[in-house]
Amino acid sequence: MTIGLKLWMELHQLYAEYAACLDEGRMSDWPGLFTEDCHYRLVPRENHDRGLPLATMDLRGRGMLEDRVYGVTSTLFHAPYYQRHVIGPIRLLEPDGDTIRAEASYVVIRTRRDQMSEVFNTGRYVDRVIETSDGLKFSAKICVFDSEIIPNSIIYPI
Amino acid sequence: METPTPAIWERAGSSRIPARVYTDPDIYQRELERIFYGRHWSYVGLEAELPAAGDFKRTAIGERSVILIRNREGQLNVLENRCAHRGMQFCQERSGRLRTLVCPYHQWSYDHDGNLIGVPFQKGVRGQGGMPVEFSREEHGLRKLQVATRHGVVFASFDPDVEPFESYVGPKVLRYFDRTFDGRKLVLHGYSRQRIPGNWKLMMENIKDPYHPGLLHTWFVNFGLWRADNKSELVMDARGRHACMISRRSETIDPEVTQGVSSFRASMKLNDASLLDIVHEPWWGAPTVCMTTIFPSVIFQQQVNSLSTRQIMPLGPGQFDFVWTHFGFEDDSPEMQARRMRQANLFGPAGYVSADDGEVIELSQHGVTQDREFASLCELGGTAVADTDHMVTETLIRGMYHYWREVMGL
Repeated sequence: MTIGLKLWMELHQLYAEYAACLDEGRMSDWPGLFTEDCHYRLVPRENHDRGLPLATMDLRGRGMLEDRVYGVTSTLFHAPYYQRHVIGPIRLLEPDGDTIRAEASYVVIRTRRDQMSEVFNTGRYVDRVIETSDGLKFSAKICVFDSEIIPNSIIYPI
Repeated sequence: METPTPAIWERAGSSRIPARVYTDPDIYQRELERIFYGRHWSYVGLEAELPAAGDFKRTAIGERSVILIRNREGQLNVLENRCAHRGMQFCQERSGRLRTLVCPYHQWSYDHDGNLIGVPFQKGVRGQGGMPVEFSREEHGLRKLQVATRHGVVFASFDPDVEPFESYVGPKVLRYFDRTFDGRKLVLHGYSRQRIPGNWKLMMENIKDPYHPGLLHTWFVNFGLWRADNKSELVMDARGRHACMISRRSETIDPEVTQGVSSFRASMKLNDASLLDIVHEPWWGAPTVCMTTIFPSVIFQQQVNSLSTRQIMPLGPGQFDFVWTHFGFEDDSPEMQARRMRQANLFGPAGYVSADDGEVIELSQHGVTQDREFASLCELGGTAVADTDHMVTETLIRGMYHYWREVMGL
């Protein structure tokens, strides 16, 4: 599976932007990396593998993503923490028409104030990306996580 | 012989909870023996998780690993996950389907009822060795627990003398149990698992505390899902151990309940209102929410269209695993199932009104750990234990500790 070099570079830039936006705490930039009718889903691997519908977060459309941003920044009490995303090599799958299908492993490290850094959530992104007039955007990002026992809570998107 | 525990709770009543109740390892050990392994029913799962013969689910009661399994006659058994031979915890998968249970160490095998059916080389090899002639397989099955099933929900107990489940729960709370679980077939929607670094009782307290939701949880305050001006009712069983918090969502706001409440956001509007696209279901009756605590191990949640069981499995005095099993009903339309899943964004480890409960429990544990002379104060609504028709009270927490002191002898 190959795509043009320019598109390949833009795809890597999209993933790097995604990680930087969350790691720098620029929550309000996060919905802008998605298409208007996107699907963001954070799901434990057991539910995903068994075809069970429950997800940890299941947001459809950019409006719901913006509501999550508001929820996280203005309503949800939590002990503050940094996130650090390490995203592995992007693996291209057979495209679906004009939609790029890609997967990548990820590790998110959580660092709370006055605490050691710890592996917080790890899994794989199962993504769909499309070219828009405003550059590449995720039309779907399914985060299937191995870390099924969540260390207390997940506040920010993964 | 149990080791005597020093007097830690000298004051009468149950409205001041000594810090060591949450932190002391000896008290915790006594809780495991008297509560989790004693004369109580613990939640183990839903029948919908095990539709066919041989289907199993591994779970735990207290810290003891158990296997819930359906036999060929369709009955449910709960067996301790410990081989009768050398004690190996042989079942490691969370769920699946099995013809027999086999311990891989020496291949002792058991049927779905826990009977020992195979012991390799029992009669020896070429006339040598083997088990003694008096060895009886009947005496070496897996430990079998008492099982109670009501309308698709399964409970188990290590104590053969435990009272019947219905009298354990009591008529007042059973009525609300039956409101959700009325015999309709349930459908499994999936699991969420969290490990919360706090004492297990703090989670029970959280769902016996109608004071906090309208203050901590902005979404509850703003959208009227849980607020001090809602018409509510708190009920307990006769011993104060189980409870229901029942309430009715309000569309209008009494300014008295939002004045000075920093979590209230008058201007908060959702970009996508479909998250709260609530559809009244006939079985609710007037209440829109009912949160039930069945001591010591489970919470049943009905908050508008979202339904779950939340199982508590302690892991030492300072942490517990909390497993959410979301479900619906067999006759749900695809739209209703999608609605239940959308509203699930409110709950669970990342939920708008649940993620912060885990956070405050963790920080409460820090507070009671740093000062062992502290006593947690539960005197909203006085010091008595009684049902109420409002939610400005901590009576349900006092009810639980009234019972806890009795069963713990402290």
